[in-house]
Amino acid sequence: MNVLFDWLIHPFLEFSFMRRALVACLALGLGCGPVGVLLVLRRMSLVGDAMSHAVLPGAAIGFLVAGFSLTAMSVGGFVAGLVVALLAGLVTRFTEQREDASFAVFYLISLALGVLIVSTRGSNVDLLHVLFGTILAVDDVSLLLVASIASVTLLSLAVIYRPLIVECFDPEFLRSVQAHGAVYHLLFLMLLVLNLVAGFQALGTLMAVGLMMLPAAAARFWTQQVWTMAAVATGIAVLSGYVGLLLSYHGNLPSGPAIILTAGVIYVVSIVLGSQDGLRGRFLRSRHLQA
Amino acid sequence: MLPALQLDDLTVCYDRHPAVHHLSGQFNSGSLTAIVGPNGAGKSTLLKAIMGLLPVTTGHIKHAVPSLGDIAYLPQQAQIDRNFPITVMDVVMLGHWRRIGILGAVTGALKAKAAKALAAVELDGFPRRLIHSLSAGQFQRVLFARMLLQDAALILLDEPFTAIDARTTADLLRVVRRWHGEQRTVIAVLHDLEQVRTHFPETLLMARSSIAWGDTARVLTPTNLLRARHMAEAWDERAPLCAVNPP
Repeated sequence: MNVLFDWLIHPFLEFSFMRRALVACLALGLGCGPVGVLLVLRRMSLVGDAMSHAVLPGAAIGFLVAGFSLTAMSVGGFVAGLVVALLAGLVTRFTEQREDASFAVFYLISLALGVLIVSTRGSNVDLLHVLFGTILAVDDVSLLLVASIASVTLLSLAVIYRPLIVECFDPEFLRSVQAHGAVYHLLFLMLLVLNLVAGFQALGTLMAVGLMMLPAAAARFWTQQVWTMAAVATGIAVLSGYVGLLLSYHGNLPSGPAIILTAGVIYVVSIVLGSQDGLRGRFLRSRHLQA
Repeated sequence: MLPALQLDDLTVCYDRHPAVHHLSGQFNSGSLTAIVGPNGAGKSTLLKAIMGLLPVTTGHIKHAVPSLGDIAYLPQQAQIDRNFPITVMDVVMLGHWRRIGILGAVTGALKAKAAKALAAVELDGFPRRLIHSLSAGQFQRVLFARMLLQDAALILLDEPFTAIDARTTADLLRVVRRWHGEQRTVIAVLHDLEQVRTHFPETLLMARSSIAWGDTARVLTPTNLLRARHMAEAWDERAPLCAVNPP
């Protein structure tokens, strides 16, 4: 019993940085769960990935201006993410280029730009911080930021949930009953960038999108409706954060990769054991119902 | 009779090539009209232009009821994600959009109406089923139930019975006749001429422009159909600029 306590709870009791990290993971999971589910359902997984890279040059410019200040880096990251989303959206809309290609182009440009900016001024350690995050160094200000982003995300999603779902499932219908359907797509992109900014503080730009994608992809193997999927994804994200932090503490591992790998393990387990279209159903045939 | 929809010298282009070319005429209020014509005749384009989904190049479309929510539109091969995790009931409830909008509450009365619409298309036992488990015919029934709830004065159907089994087609044609009986204006793009002759009193035969428009028996004559086919064959990729209404 004591061993379990030592392993599972004691690190959080003893160290305030672990407690902060845990709260940050909780808040991150609350925002990333539903956003990730919508991202997967809208077939925008690649867009999410692209956006997470697009945050980098903005964060780097913030770093140049204000040093290692999370606020400056967050604002920079948010602006850069939105600019890339808008540019890619415009290219898709007004040229023959497909959305995935235009997003890939812009994120590669911004990733290169971001690494270049950081490397001209900062040291390699700084670059590593930006790329892979520093959840164990989350201070009160950034904790407040992450929590605010989670709140804004949940409230906004509650308001635009219906048109967002319809736009995703039957866009022509939404256009036939509601003017300005594109507004909801834009709002969703904003929420996406916001959550990536929140995630990049904790997990780094490269892995921020992981806490969105992996729990959402895993949740699809357990439930059949959008809102239950969002709830399960949130649970998985929070659990990954908790277990990942413990692993990084006990194994002296970097926290970002530990959290994402935990989510990865849950994803693989879901593929095998999931109740909806998982491998379990494929190999263990249950008896069918009467016609 | 009052026009529900009036087309004034309407031209709609894709990349400067007209798909609908100087089309004029009117759909009377409460009429049941079939639009027929060869492939590429601009039938779907016309419906999209009426819905405002495509920009009008020249000419005008005049609606008797200008509000967006008062037209129900069933596109051909809808861009619907059939794997989306949503139940039949939730899809049908979207037909209430004009009443519930983005934030409005879903009341018991609205739910009861949706259940009735499902019963009207013979899907009584299906409300909790997910749409990915439905056949093509069953899914088309769901979309018709949604249109029943939309309670629209103008209903546009783009090839509603293509790749749908005979039994479903017969049931859904009954729904179309019910709309006609309720004085709604129904416009359907169709291919099956027999079906048009049996169920649709009026027809627009088009090949970019109108070949004939009016009473079905007088429109679907061998001469007119032949003319439509010739016009389809005569389309020229390098046509000169149109002399009427220069851009």
